[in-house]
Amino acid sequence: MTVLFNIAVDGLAYGMVLFVIAVGLSLTLGLMRFVNLSHCAFAMVGGYCAAFLVRQAQWNFWLAVPAAIIATAALGAVLEMLVLRHLYRRKELDQVLFTIGLSFFLIAATNALAGPQVQLIPLPPGLAGSVDLGFRTLPAQRLLVIGAGLAVAAGAAWIVARTRFGVWLRAAVDHSGTASSLGIPIRVVQCASFAAGAALAGFGGILGAELMPLEPYYALKYLVLVLVVVAVGGMGSIAGSLAAAVVLGVIETASKYLASDWGSLFFFLAMAALLAWRPDGLLKR
Amino acid sequence: MNTSTTLQGPAKAPSEARHAAAPRCRPAWRAPLVVLALGALACALLPEQLGLMTRIFIAALFVLSLDLVVGVAGLATLGHAAVFGTGAYAAGIFALKVMPDPLAGLAIGIGAGGLLALASGAFLLRYQGFTFLMLTVAVAQIVLSLAQKARDWTGGDDGLSGFTVGPLLGHFAFDLEGRVAAFYALAVLVLMHYVARRLVDSPFGLAVRGIHENRARMAALGTPVYRRLLAMYAAAGAIAGAAGALSAQTNAIVGLDSLSFALSAEALVMLILGGAGRLSGALVGAVVFTLLHHTAASINPYHWLFVVGFMLMAVVLVSPAKAWGWLRRRVGAAS
Repeated sequence: MTVLFNIAVDGLAYGMVLFVIAVGLSLTLGLMRFVNLSHCAFAMVGGYCAAFLVRQAQWNFWLAVPAAIIATAALGAVLEMLVLRHLYRRKELDQVLFTIGLSFFLIAATNALAGPQVQLIPLPPGLAGSVDLGFRTLPAQRLLVIGAGLAVAAGAAWIVARTRFGVWLRAAVDHSGTASSLGIPIRVVQCASFAAGAALAGFGGILGAELMPLEPYYALKYLVLVLVVVAVGGMGSIAGSLAAAVVLGVIETASKYLASDWGSLFFFLAMAALLAWRPDGLLKR
Repeated sequence: MNTSTTLQGPAKAPSEARHAAAPRCRPAWRAPLVVLALGALACALLPEQLGLMTRIFIAALFVLSLDLVVGVAGLATLGHAAVFGTGAYAAGIFALKVMPDPLAGLAIGIGAGGLLALASGAFLLRYQGFTFLMLTVAVAQIVLSLAQKARDWTGGDDGLSGFTVGPLLGHFAFDLEGRVAAFYALAVLVLMHYVARRLVDSPFGLAVRGIHENRARMAALGTPVYRRLLAMYAAAGAIAGAAGALSAQTNAIVGLDSLSFALSAEALVMLILGGAGRLSGALVGAVVFTLLHHTAASINPYHWLFVVGFMLMAVVLVSPAKAWGWLRRRVGAAS
């Protein structure tokens, strides 16, 4: 029973981390039609920034995390303005190659700047302890991860579906020419959504630092996992990404607990089965 | 798709232009013969680099097979290492448990690669685009997990080793310098290149190209799209299996990295570097990439990532097709 409960909590937390990283990619892929394989590199940049600010610069954790997220968003915005926007109309293969090249470059740069060892983000005392829920005690960090994941899901869904910015974003995607002639600032919308995706990735990198250790190859190691979540959830679907991330996170955690010598077999079997069943996304018929 | 027609310079005599627009008329044996001559020349000139040459030939064969899938059939895949590794493990296990003859092992590798491609293709080819891409990744990872689990057969993380490969054709034993290995790999590469050329130029190959360019129209013309693609996928799998078998026999060890995602991605990079869809581009890309890898990685593996990262970004910003065209016009203007 305890094992099942641990699997549920750890799997849920793992799924939430996957979701927070994947949702930005899902939005750029589904709404902007841009295949960004350097997305996990943004997650890595976010995590490294937070680790640097907390450990080297001795910042307060609660101050360092927003700063790291803003830094990642700024990096995303600058890259978008300088190069990536020229690739929106190019073939998918070009986008894939360029962003993979960018990931390689960021991996090499990370290694040159910070070295190959795993980076830890020290947690403040409030998070390092555990919380008594009455019937069970849980690590506070896990609860924060799950809460943050739900908040991101709700916030992203609200922004895309309800706000003026979401309307602009969807209009710019559907027909950029018409949207532009209606006075929608397309360039600002594209740049801001890309930066927001990068910021979410950075946030996910910080949240998941305990489950997915930060090291230079992070950008490639977890890329496949994140792409799997996006594919199974359906591109551009926030609820689908959340469902896919939680299902796959729980399956991966359960197989690590119960059948660790099988590697990632069950994760990828589940992915193949889910994709074969619903090729356009878990929640789309 | 980059066929040779798009690369011709604008100033052409009308008769020549018509010739270029017609389906390929070059004899299928010409390009493989050039490869044979260049490969033999390289081996003769650099006798101390035969190991590197063998690696290049094997990489070229693998990328050639990938070109059949990506460049000719238009199916973007990131799981091609699955067939390569399966061919390698099949050849290694065959040498260990049945008999050490290299040609029989090669045939087993070809068969294993083709069978896996046939079986996985029957499932994968029902899907298109991004779903197809991700499912190829899933298939490759499933094969990798199974190989990791089946320690008794594959050696798991330690790799499969301890098998010996007998003399080629009963006469030429594999020597320490790697001379026999290099020429063996070159011979298989040239042969497979010829086969691939014939396959691509055949009516079947043209049908597959047509499916790449417009699937709906080919279906309307009565082409059985699924069956044609599956046949091409299986043929490419067989060639990749041959590359895997070669790698197993010449290295005398098969590791889990022969099934890895990184290998699939690297092969795709090599293909794009040389230009997809032309077969010869696959060979050029493999040679350039392997040589760069060899020099940069011997200095520092992370420097290698800088180099390949820059190379990838440069290839996208300045596409090789455009660069080749520019170079050709320059050379043409000079002469």
